[in-house]
This record gives sequence, structure tokens and C-alpha cells, in this order.
Amino acid sequence: MSKINIKIEGIPYQVEENMTILEAAKSCGYEIPSLCAFNHGECNQGSCRVCLVEATGARGLVASCVYPVAEGMEIRISSPKATEARRRSVELLLSNHNVNCQQCDKNGKCELLHVAYATGAVEGTFQGAKTPTILDELAPGLVRDTSKCILCGRCIERCKNAHGLGILGFENRGFRTFVSPAENRSFADSPCIQCGQCVNVCPTGALMEHSEISKIDAAMKAGKHVIAQAAPAVRASLGEEFGYPIGTPVTGKMAAAMRRLGFERVYDVNFGADLTIMEEGTELLGRLTNGGVLPMITSCSPGWINYAEYNYGDLLDHLSSCKSPHQMQGAIIKSYWAEQNGIDPKDVFVVSVMPCTAKKFERQRDQLKVDGIDDVDAVITTRELGRMIKRAGILFDRLPDEDWDQDIMGDYTGAGVIFGVTGGVMEAALRTVYFKLTGEEYGKIEFTEVRGHDAGIREAELDIKGTKVNVAIASGMKSAKVLLDEIREGKSKYQFIEIMGCPGGCINGGGQSYVRPVFLPNESDDILDTYKEKRAKALYSEDERQTIRQSHNNPQIIELYEKFLGEPNSHKAHELLHTSYAAREGFNDIAE
Amino acid sequence: MSKLNEAAEKQIREICNRYKNEKTPLMLILSDIQNEYGYIPLEVQEVVSEETGISVAEIYGVVTFYSFFSLTPKGKYVIGCCLGTACYVKGGQLIIDKFGELLGIKPGETTADGLFTLDALRCIGACGIAPAVSISGQVYPKVTTEQVPKILAEYRAKEA
Repeated sequence: MSKINIKIEGIPYQVEENMTILEAAKSCGYEIPSLCAFNHGECNQGSCRVCLVEATGARGLVASCVYPVAEGMEIRISSPKATEARRRSVELLLSNHNVNCQQCDKNGKCELLHVAYATGAVEGTFQGAKTPTILDELAPGLVRDTSKCILCGRCIERCKNAHGLGILGFENRGFRTFVSPAENRSFADSPCIQCGQCVNVCPTGALMEHSEISKIDAAMKAGKHVIAQAAPAVRASLGEEFGYPIGTPVTGKMAAAMRRLGFERVYDVNFGADLTIMEEGTELLGRLTNGGVLPMITSCSPGWINYAEYNYGDLLDHLSSCKSPHQMQGAIIKSYWAEQNGIDPKDVFVVSVMPCTAKKFERQRDQLKVDGIDDVDAVITTRELGRMIKRAGILFDRLPDEDWDQDIMGDYTGAGVIFGVTGGVMEAALRTVYFKLTGEEYGKIEFTEVRGHDAGIREAELDIKGTKVNVAIASGMKSAKVLLDEIREGKSKYQFIEIMGCPGGCINGGGQSYVRPVFLPNESDDILDTYKEKRAKALYSEDERQTIRQSHNNPQIIELYEKFLGEPNSHKAHELLHTSYAAREGFNDIAE
Repeated sequence: MSKLNEAAEKQIREICNRYKNEKTPLMLILSDIQNEYGYIPLEVQEVVSEETGISVAEIYGVVTFYSFFSLTPKGKYVIGCCLGTACYVKGGQLIIDKFGELLGIKPGETTADGLFTLDALRCIGACGIAPAVSISGQVYPKVTTEQVPKILAEYRAKEA
């Protein structure tokens, strides 16, 4: 890449050609206030007009996020003309914005508020009509509030890039424009998989998870036995809510914080993950030896399940019938745990802390109920847990490192921890399948062939003492589609496939902490390229620290089968731990 | 979602196929469908999405962006009142209001008997005869509010 000469505020710099002014300025140490631009041009509409600067050779002010640098260009960021123009742009955005910031869940993480401060914009400068707005709270996972939308288009691009879906689009024109699923439908009445990737990129409070904190408050008030369980990936991100560097595992402090929030028990969903491996591994071996439907595909990710039910109704036999780990664990809490403690399951309220918004949808599925009782009663995201901890006045960094509760259940292995990253479920399953097939442990323990931390497809051919197993891993529905179309055409060479909804797996789930460079002054410039890898490392390091690293060696899992379930895939296990799927119409009929 | 009948679905797919080699086929496809059926409902957009790989939301966005495209069936006679600058200055708004009042509908809507649709148009290039009204291809020059009931009666008489 060749360099060109430019000047910023009269000072000469050399920058790479083909850069936008915004990128070039960043490389020289200037952060031009900007809003719609995101992630190396993933979204570059130039629509918000916040990043205006003066540049020689251009007619008038230019949007630095889309305007390329040129040899000899002189750029003025802080000229009175540019400074005033940026302020006016933000004031115009504010004039059509629902400025009820103190009630907004994005408070403190809002990029509009950030640029308003950075540009000195004053709310109320422009008075006038506001665009009619829509509040969509029908979907269990997501909330869309167009009164907060600035029409940047980030969500539209993310949905296309991550999943090839494009659920959201611009509707109407001019003043009446808003971002919506087709026909201004609710997410609930569209083929949206509720993964929450759009929430992760929304600069304002226009797209949010559907909070369930109030449900927990009500259950505690009603005197229920409120039990909390946290997913593996949450520990790799929760620290970010309290200023820890991205990729810091905070397992011990998380357990301590949750205990102080008043939960009667705090469990690690890793136990459920180990249980999943016992069931799913056994199911796979059964399918391999009895001529079952292959390839078998994992079923832990509810975003992926939604996608399958909407788009591949003909392939649902390929899905493992296993419930996802937190649902399995919820079912065990409401049966085995309740029985052991002499508590009526109806008085138990299970809360799952998840890196995921689709889990909020999943927990309400009819197919998951056992005797009419939900396995899980509320799902909160990593961000919501952070908020509850702040609400309780807990100083997170002063907490001691504590263990999860491990009475009857809750003990876990390294195999459970890595569920939170793409390839992790596959690896955990292989560790157990290897043992079941050969009667001995896999010497190296780790199946590094299947590891990764990003979207895309990985594959491996494993030779398990003469038994050849072809496996593939995909995350993000764009990648999954390739593998699914192969199956549909009868050309798939795999026996076992892991699919995760979000690119990179749960570490990059739609409920994780926001990764916004502008709020992360101590992270490196390329944090948007590296955060997934950093979070993945946090999980792999915890796996390495565990003394027991295979699910089938978890003593409490062994005890659970001996005392309660019998054996994997037993009748009782099927009743509690397995589920079914049904094809769904993407755009269902809605009553007028 | 109510399904299209087989023949209609086949024809939609055929229209999409006409533009297989176009770089940006969407506008061409939608124009043909609008001309053929008079409107482009969501179930048709779903078929176009399948054929082109363009998301339904994006297609819906295009359909709602251009006033030429319609989501609902249009009436037998489409009354297009020009509200371009010249027609507006010459009282175009009064004309469209009069049509709306007599028909009991707002711009963009269709009468219950399916006879008339009222549309607001942006400059139809007939500024010299402003305010202009175009009804299913026939242009009425320098329309006054007094003429409006007569024009409607003319079309109703055709149907009687």
C-alpha cells in the first residue's frame, strides 16, 4: 500500500491511500466526531452528516466517513465552519429524537449523546414536527423504538452481513422514513431470528433487548425460590461493564455479585453444558451406529433454531433433539433439585443470565415445557446483569472471587466452559465421543482443528481409532446456509455439524457488552477486529485451568445419572432434556 | 401469509427471469409487476425476494419509496392530481381536496366500490395547463373545483 501526503490542521502527515478522511485522521491521532460510520465501512452511508470537515479540492464540507483522501489534501477539522456544521448536524438529529435519556436503557452507552457532547450541540435548537414513531415490544427478545432511531442503517447492514437476512430496511421516504421489518411488522411477525446483532451495533436506544429485570424483582417480592444460572460466555464479557479490559474472565466476581443480588442459589450453566454433551454425544453415537439421520446438527443456539424453523423446515430431522444447556439445567433444577430440597417446582423461579437475546424467545417455546411448567422463567443478558449489579450498588472490582454453588449440581468441566465460542460444543462433544467409541481418553484432550473465533466455516476429518468422522462448524447464518444447502442437495459429507447463530458464537452474542471504540479509550485501535479472539481466549484459558476437562468425568453428572436420570437418552432424560421443532412461516398472517 | 395462486406465482417468477442478466433488476421487475397487476403485495415481494436474493425488507423499502408502486389494488380509474410546483401554485391542492371530499377518500386510497383511486402526483410535465389532472391516461387541463363533480359523473355514467 503506497503512502500519500496530506495535512491536517496544517501539520503534514503520511497516510495510506484509499483511506477515508475519517480513517486517515484516526491514524494521525484525530477522532473526528462521527455517528453512522461503523467498523471499517461495514456501515458507510454518510447519512448522519456528523463527521463534516473542510478538505481542499472538495466543494463545501465533506462527510469524512465516505470521502477519500488525496495527495496534497489539506483537512481542517476544527475550523469554525466545520465545528459549527457538525454541531448543527447533531442538533438536527436531536430535533427529531425522543430525548428522554434518563429513562433510556442506552444511557451511558449512547453514541448520539456522546457526539452531542463532543460537538456542543444544544437540544431544542430546532423546533418542529417529529416523524410519527413506532414502539414494537411484541417480540420476546428485541424492542424497536423508532423515536430513538437516527436512520444510520447500521442494523440493516449487520443483519445482512452476519446472516444474509436483511430483516430490517428503510421504509417510506423523506420525513416519514423509518427502519423496520417489511410491512412495518413486529419482529415477532417476521422471519427475524432475534439474535440481537442489530442491538449490538445500534448507536442509540432504538434497538434494545426486551428487559426482564422487572420479572425477577416481582418473583423475589413474591417470595419465590429464585435461582440464577449464568452461561459460559457471560464471564468473558461481563467485566467490560465495569471497565475491565476486553477478554478478562470474571467468573469468581460474577458468582459473588450474583449471590449478593439475592439469588438463593447461583449456578454455572456449564453443568448444563456437560449434561448436553452427555445427551448429544449419546444421540450422535446412536445415529452413527443405527443409521439415523446425518449429519446431526447441534441445537444450543436459539437464533440458529429460529433460522432453521423459518428457512429449512425440511431439514429439522437433522437437529439434535437436545434442549440447550440452560433449558436442560432449568428442567433439572425444577425436578431433581426441587425434589432433593423438598420444594414445589411451582415455587421455583429460574433466571438465566445469557449472552443472548434469542434465549428470551426460546424460554417461552411451548415445546420446552415439562408438564406445563417452563424450565426457565426469565432470561437476562450480560448487559442486564451489569445493570442489576450497578443498581445494587455493588463495587464489582472489590468483590472477592467466589465459587458457584455446587450442592447436588453445579460442578463443571473445561468442556462446558468452551461452549461459549464457535467450535466449542463440537470440541466438547468430540472429547466425550472419543471416549465412548474407544474406551479411553483422547491423549491431547484438545481438538484444536475445530477452534476459531470468527464467522465462516471450518471443517475437520477426525480418525477416531479407525472410525472416520467428518465434522464442520459454522457461525452466522450466512455461513450456515452453505452447509444447509449442501445437505438439502444431498451433497453433505459431514456426520456432525455445529451451528451457532452469532458470528463467532456466544462470545459475540447479541446480549454481550457493547464494543464501541469511542467508549473504550484504553483498548487498542483495532478492538473491533480483536474482541472476539480476546473473549474466546478467556474461555479457553478457563478450560485449561480445570482439572477435569471432559463432560463424562464430571462427578456430579455421573451422580445425576445414577440417582435420577438413569442413563443418557433414557426415557426420563427424554422427558426432561429433549425437545422438538416445527417449521414456521416467516411472514405469518396477522390479524388486521 | 396467504399464498398466491399457482398461475400468478409462475408469472411473477417469469417476470423476474426476464431480468436475470441485469445488474440491478429490482426496479424493472417491480415496474412490470405493477403494470401487470396494478399492485405489489407482500406475498408477491416474497417471491421476488426468493428469485433475486434481495431481502423482503429492501424490496418493501423500494415499493414504499416510489409513489408509482402500490401495495394495495388500485381502482378501475386512477385519478392523478398533479401537485408539482406550477399546479400547486395554480390551486392543485384545492382540486385534490375536492376529489377527496366527493369520493370520501384520502390521497392514496381507493373507493369501496373499487372504481376510483386518488393519487397525488409530483409534476407530470404539463405545467402549461396547470392545474392538471390525469385519469387513467387522459389529461384534463386547467381544472377548476366546479369541474370536479362533472368529471366524476362522466366516469360514473360510463359504468351505469
